[in-house]
Amino acid sequence: MSAASTAEPAFVAKTKTGRFTDFVDSRVGGSGILREFGRKVFPDHWSFMFGEVALYSFVILLLSGTFLTFFFDPSMAETHYEGSYVPLKGVEMSVAYSSSLNISFDIRGGLFMRQVHHWAALLFVAAIAVHMLRVFFTGAFRRPREMNWVVGGVLLILAMAAGFTGYSLPDDLLSGNGLRIIDGVIKSIPVVGTYISFFLFGGEFPGTAIIGRLYVLHILLVPALILLMIVLHLFMVVIHKHTQYPGPGRNDNNVVGYPLGPVYAAKAGGFFFIVFGVLALMAGFFTINPIWNYGPYDPSPVSAGTQPDWYIGFVDGALRLMPGTLGDWQVEQVWFGYVFSFNVLLPALVPAGILFTVMFAYPWIERWITKDDREHHVLDRPRNAPTRTAIGMAGFVWYCVMWAAAGSDLIATHFGVSLNDVTYWLRALFIVGPFIAFIVTKRVALALQRKDREIALHGRETGRIVRLPHGEFIEVHAPLDEYKRYKLVGFESPEVLPAVPNEHGIVTRKEKRRAMLSKWFFEDRVAPATPAELEAAHGHGHGHEAVEAPEAARSLSH
Amino acid sequence: MGNHSDGSPNHSGTVATAGQNEVEKFQDPGIPPHRLRLADTDPKAAKRAERQVAFLFGISVVGTVIFLVAYFAIDLGVGESTIGTIRLQNMLLGLGTAFAMLGIGTGIVHWAKALMPDHEVSEERHAIRYEEDRKAAVRIVDDIVEETGIKRRPLIRNTLLGAVALAPLPAVAIFGDLGPRPDEKLAHTMWAPQDGKLKRLARDPDGTPIRAADVTIGSAFHVIPEGLNELHEGKLNEKAKAVVLLMRLDPASLNPSPGREEWGYNGIVAYSKICTHVGCPVALYEQQTHHLLCPCHQSTFDLTQECKVIFGPASRPLPQLPIAVDDEGYLVATSDFKEPVGPSYWERDMHERSIDS
Repeated sequence: MSAASTAEPAFVAKTKTGRFTDFVDSRVGGSGILREFGRKVFPDHWSFMFGEVALYSFVILLLSGTFLTFFFDPSMAETHYEGSYVPLKGVEMSVAYSSSLNISFDIRGGLFMRQVHHWAALLFVAAIAVHMLRVFFTGAFRRPREMNWVVGGVLLILAMAAGFTGYSLPDDLLSGNGLRIIDGVIKSIPVVGTYISFFLFGGEFPGTAIIGRLYVLHILLVPALILLMIVLHLFMVVIHKHTQYPGPGRNDNNVVGYPLGPVYAAKAGGFFFIVFGVLALMAGFFTINPIWNYGPYDPSPVSAGTQPDWYIGFVDGALRLMPGTLGDWQVEQVWFGYVFSFNVLLPALVPAGILFTVMFAYPWIERWITKDDREHHVLDRPRNAPTRTAIGMAGFVWYCVMWAAAGSDLIATHFGVSLNDVTYWLRALFIVGPFIAFIVTKRVALALQRKDREIALHGRETGRIVRLPHGEFIEVHAPLDEYKRYKLVGFESPEVLPAVPNEHGIVTRKEKRRAMLSKWFFEDRVAPATPAELEAAHGHGHGHEAVEAPEAARSLSH
Repeated sequence: MGNHSDGSPNHSGTVATAGQNEVEKFQDPGIPPHRLRLADTDPKAAKRAERQVAFLFGISVVGTVIFLVAYFAIDLGVGESTIGTIRLQNMLLGLGTAFAMLGIGTGIVHWAKALMPDHEVSEERHAIRYEEDRKAAVRIVDDIVEETGIKRRPLIRNTLLGAVALAPLPAVAIFGDLGPRPDEKLAHTMWAPQDGKLKRLARDPDGTPIRAADVTIGSAFHVIPEGLNELHEGKLNEKAKAVVLLMRLDPASLNPSPGREEWGYNGIVAYSKICTHVGCPVALYEQQTHHLLCPCHQSTFDLTQECKVIFGPASRPLPQLPIAVDDEGYLVATSDFKEPVGPSYWERDMHERSIDS
């Protein structure tokens, strides 16, 4: 800024955009930021898109949701429907439901916006979930990103909260039954359950307060928190820089990819429009939540085969799986004159509690077991961390069993099997599924590692069968180039870390436990191939072929 | 968690790689050589890519036009706006937006992939923090804490902690009027006789009373108490507790327990429709097996065993409504339910005992 007063001629930008940039810069001082970020390198991989999908869905949620607030009236006052949807004409309903119908039938584009909003909400939670799976299975949560992993987990919970509060707003039969279930679950909470229920609903269920309250949560509190968390999340992404997949030229000290401007910005920016376009396509062609079919909320009717939105499914499924009676013994117990509804309380809280606790704590658990406190910027291929991958799959399968249980009645009707049998099978899978998933995944990961070794050492199969002069058929293996090979061999394979005494020379019980877990983690390992092994493999190959067919071997391997 | 930071200056994390011999590892060959794209070498291909991008942007323009035409040309107000019209408009709005957005999106991405430089570059990562900063920051924090003297003056510290711990209580207490305190209302329904007059059982939703003679064997009725539809306030609250399922079975197949023999009439029995699990309406009656099934979580109740739970997550039987027939042949409830209906809650057992006494 003081440049003008010095003898040196002032810097004058030559292009129009340059002058504009300079204008902004000389007023807000953005050149430092631009210099830092304008060409910042971002690694590129298709699996990095999920986080972007989540972000863009949220933007679309804000846009479509704002439109909907202009027309929605969250009142539970009674009214008689006078809109243009004939089957419900004159039917008694709440103002909230009536205004939702008006948005659908009497406001041009209103139905479209409702559909965009609902599909975007489903996609938002799904994208967050898949993004978290990507982060987990590639070990991207490791130092220095543990806190960002936690922020992401909070975002998942907030996204579910946003989804559920919004789902209930139209006050239709389906969402009303969802609220009824929530009320039942809340009432099962010991000591304070009845109070919470009365406070939430402003008295007995359903009351006349709940929609207005959920509305404030849905359009103000929860989105504000989500926005705050997204800002924190992206802020940390900038601080940490993005992780990258392993490969030639990539290590923990660099970041390999495309510069933000123009390539990465163009791809990411263009992707926003693609996400928007796909959501618009879904909203245009696929009906979601046709509230006019359900009718207004009434505590008496319910339609069979009802489903919650997908992200609440696992809790609903857990509720379904829990037996309420064992023979003649009731799971619900009365102790000291008070009711303990374990048949509701346990499935509603325990599985979700375990999943989220392990999820949040996992970076610290693994860090404790492995004693690995280094910074990691290069991702693990899931096969190269077999135990972690197996743990993740166990959790994933557990979740999926509960999720499938939320559709137990639909499974039964679609496949023509007994509903009770479906439930019994899913109960069994609830117990053994995670163990099977763990074992199978770990074996598959180790097998894939062995295959990588095999390919690194002996080359890839070409599918070319050659007949040797003496009649033997062999398949020609083509050696890998060094870049492809490095991708298969350039990973760390930690070994079991036995217990070590502390400064007093004592091996604490905690340390022993850690050593046991370390053994469980790394006992089965496939070491990456080494140059010496490659040398030996070549020597073997050449030697073998040299004995039998020297000419053929030479010509085939080149 | 974690004993990894035991104060030793060197990172214990390095232990993790101690088993690896650096010498035996493959050397990183570096970033693979850049491969030119067709558009980099062939001006014709570049021109073609340029035209493709422009075409995609053009599609976006078409999409915007489709949207506007669909918005203005299809009028929901004119004539009988059927669900078909709305579907058509919704589809065209979706199609228009999709073209408009996908045109821009795919165009930009194609532009970036085909024409913008695709050289992968490597950039050094900088440390998140520098050792100097870190030491200075720790020192600053120590100095600040020291200057407050909070460690030397435990009286100040402890009273502050106490005050801060209590201060949020008003913020919690102020929500005390979100709802009334729970009372015995949960234990009572509209079925209780009013001014000595027994409530008739009425059809849901129209509210016409039901004659015992209308209930044939095998039939089922969705029932509300007489007068529910005439309520002006709290109708849904009352309905959420009072809805009942009425069924008639062969009297021989019912097995009433002692004291409940008189609760039915000629094989007609009435049970609460609100599931004892989490409160969904138990709306499905399997006539052949005499089972009641809740469609939400599949709790199954056996009518022939006083609606005992035979499957699913519910723990308690559905409460039975004692019924009889009045002088005009209509079904009436002889009393309220003898226990609270619906999902369990903390005080439920207390309420049940107070009903008994």
